[in-house]
Amino acid sequence: MKLTLWTYEGPPHVGAMRVATGMTGLHYVLHAPQGDTYADLLFTMIERRNHRPPVTYTTFQARDLGGDTANLFKDAAREAYARFAPQAMIVGASCTAELIQDDPGGLAEAIGLPCPVIPLDLPSYQRKENFGADETFHQIVRALAKPMPRTDAITCNILGATALGFRNRDDVAEVTKLLGLMGISVNVAAPLGASPADIARMGQAHFNVLLYPETGESAARALERSCGQPYTKVVPLGVGATRDFLHEVAALTGLSPQVDESALRLPWWSASVDSTYLTGKRVFLFGDATHVIAAARIAATEIGFEVVGMGCYNREFARPMRAAAKAYGLEALITDDYLEVEDAIAAAAPELILGTQQERHIGKRLGIPCAVISSPVHVQDFPARYSPQMGFEGANVIFDTWIHPLVMGLEEHLLTMFREDFEFHSDAGPSHHGAKADLRDMQQAEPEVVAPMPVTPPTGAPLWQAAAERELKKIPFFVRGKAKRNTEIYAQDKGVAEISVETLYEAKAHYAR
Amino acid sequence: MSLDTPARGCRDTPVLKERGQREVFCGLTGIIWLHRKMQDAFFLVVGSRTCAHLLQSAAGVMIFAEPRFGTAILEEKDLAGLADANTELDREVARLLARRPDIKQLFLVGSCPSEVIKLDLARAAERLSAHHAPHVRVYNYSGSGIETTFTQGEDACLAAMVPTLADTSARELLVVGALPDVVEDQCLSLLAQLGIGPVRMLPARRSADLPAVGANTVFALVQPFLGDTHAALIRRGATHLPAAFPFGEEGTTAWLWAVAQEFGVPRAHFEAVTAAPRARAAKAVAAHAATLSGKSVFFFPDSQLEIPLARFLARECGMTPIEVGTPYLHAAITGPDLDLLPEGPVISEGQDVERQLDRQHAARPDLTVCGLGLANPLEAKGHTTKWAIELVFTPVHFYEQAGDLAGLFSRPLRRKALLTAGGQP
Repeated sequence: MKLTLWTYEGPPHVGAMRVATGMTGLHYVLHAPQGDTYADLLFTMIERRNHRPPVTYTTFQARDLGGDTANLFKDAAREAYARFAPQAMIVGASCTAELIQDDPGGLAEAIGLPCPVIPLDLPSYQRKENFGADETFHQIVRALAKPMPRTDAITCNILGATALGFRNRDDVAEVTKLLGLMGISVNVAAPLGASPADIARMGQAHFNVLLYPETGESAARALERSCGQPYTKVVPLGVGATRDFLHEVAALTGLSPQVDESALRLPWWSASVDSTYLTGKRVFLFGDATHVIAAARIAATEIGFEVVGMGCYNREFARPMRAAAKAYGLEALITDDYLEVEDAIAAAAPELILGTQQERHIGKRLGIPCAVISSPVHVQDFPARYSPQMGFEGANVIFDTWIHPLVMGLEEHLLTMFREDFEFHSDAGPSHHGAKADLRDMQQAEPEVVAPMPVTPPTGAPLWQAAAERELKKIPFFVRGKAKRNTEIYAQDKGVAEISVETLYEAKAHYAR
Repeated sequence: MSLDTPARGCRDTPVLKERGQREVFCGLTGIIWLHRKMQDAFFLVVGSRTCAHLLQSAAGVMIFAEPRFGTAILEEKDLAGLADANTELDREVARLLARRPDIKQLFLVGSCPSEVIKLDLARAAERLSAHHAPHVRVYNYSGSGIETTFTQGEDACLAAMVPTLADTSARELLVVGALPDVVEDQCLSLLAQLGIGPVRMLPARRSADLPAVGANTVFALVQPFLGDTHAALIRRGATHLPAAFPFGEEGTTAWLWAVAQEFGVPRAHFEAVTAAPRARAAKAVAAHAATLSGKSVFFFPDSQLEIPLARFLARECGMTPIEVGTPYLHAAITGPDLDLLPEGPVISEGQDVERQLDRQHAARPDLTVCGLGLANPLEAKGHTTKWAIELVFTPVHFYEQAGDLAGLFSRPLRRKALLTAGGQP
């Protein structure tokens, strides 16, 4: 039993819903109690879908439990087929139905529906949403995709995009465009936008592009085995990764990796002198492993940030995550407990957080700006405009999105020069964000701090003298956390019990880079 | 004070009872408002990842002042041995209470999985209550989907508190049902002006203010979904004052008059106290009735507020209800509203969502009141919808909110008109 306040991932059957809802012509009969229909609103409200998810819930109640929940399932499956006439059906159980062990797969087989029925076995008490999506897509591919002759022209499938995925709609479009520049057309993109009939013709592609390992890797492996299709390992997030991806595709196809890069703006935007202030800004990254690993590379090598913490909530990818973190001299944080993430962020005192909607809230609490790079995301992260993360346009979007929350370069300098300006102080927030600046009372005298008797705290942590504390407050908020932490470490190392203004500046000189 | 009842109301209308897929929340959802209402309470769901995911999705935006609710997620090993599950639960509760010394009431909330594996949370609550007394009182109720629909979670929660309330022989009015604080204050102020008192509230904002109950307690419900709480209070000897629910000018007046009569308030004094707020409410509603009048409305079942709201829309806003769906129909509780609702609409209980969608599609109502899962798909088909959950999450009771309540229904119609005028289909 584990106490959870907020979760990064839903249960595995929600992952199955992401696959079903992304597809057309597929129906999901879910053995589930009343209330599990809440999941519909993830799609209709958060993603603003204009259709109900293609899911029939059996809706059993307490009074059914002694009776015949199995027949309830059979009736629901028959009626769903009659009403929706899907090309194929997936059947499974939510967490509660798993406990009553009705075997939806066996029941559906027994009633002999005139379409392929694919049973799902998603262990609700062990696994989570991404696993559910990955496994569901895998089972659909296993059941429907068969080896077949290749297309004459070079084609590929794009794997892993689902409903409710972070920017999946636009990533598929952007990667399709990118492959088009190389002369490759897309055979099938799945699950998002595909029908069971499309899945059945996946075998004719020459290779697969694995866009999202979290939700598509098992299917990619299955297709490699059954249809002999190799799949790409590089996820084209960022400039470097996109170029690596093009080279990987070139190696698979014999086509040239040189494509028109005239629409790519991130490198120049990053090199232009106004971006100098971004140098070495401390960023903390958290999200799904694929997005975080790619974002770390962009942050460190394409924007010039310093990565001071990174981690992921999906334990399945702990190994590559740890390896990536090591390259930045970091220990990866692998957890799905947001309180742990909050503690780690507070301890690292970054100037920018790149995370999920959870980290956005953490940032709000800690007063640290945040940009969203990964699921789970909320309604505001499903923009109306074209807004991919992958490919060259994705890199442009990433530059804009990450820079926007920060205080701009010259503004930052002014804050440093005139630290206690009454209308332009550090608590007023970046001026381009439009929130009303919180004007300080000019007449207000500096509160006279009565210096407390220096008592050594039980932890042995050094004590801040009142003057040093005042000086610390003059440091702009976006570096204050770091300065405080560095000074305390410095004082502890030097055996200084009380931090004076001098200690503060000695520490600053010590950590100068 | 007499109500102008229709020639025939809906009390004797045959009810269309349906079973099938239900597009409704489970009772856990009530935690979202209950934990804000009871400021020293923590709600600990003993359930699955689905329960935790529901709570954060239904909450819509996260309440990031560390929420006073959480889910103890059952794992494989908890399912294998219930003894271990109890030990684990005790440990999680001890940790939680150590971190939150401000918590005075802890609700162990049962879920579908905890009910199915028969984890005895009532005994766990007794055990933990003894262990953490007197600082924390531990209650238990079920918010599971196999037993409760949406607002029934609040009913189960309040019903679980009733047996533990202190005894009293005092003649007191007990107002039952969670109200937004601003509405609660208005309600108390009206009752005070009428000279009715003492008045107690269930739930109370803090555990120290919990009411006592006994044979001289009379209680009035402000929410129509409190069937079990109603029964539990009657078991304690309290007397129920049946009344139409305080939605709109008419409903509020009827509710207050039922209470006033019980407490012997003279008619003239009642008129004097209510005249001004009644006039304000009527004026505010009239502004929206211009948009709503003559339009038809179709209710999918959601919160059990449907019958009183249909009565309000029909009688004060001039709308024509086509179907009024409700998860459960408590005739003893909504009877006065059914009497006032003019005959005509289909009254349906329970749900088979596909069939109901067929009926809704055939009826083509001007306004459809439905849950979040259905609203956008129906809008995309050209229907105008009002999401029902907002009716539970907005202050809508009593005189000063009557206009706001009408506004919740008129806004989608006005919006549709604006966009249509702007050239949208």
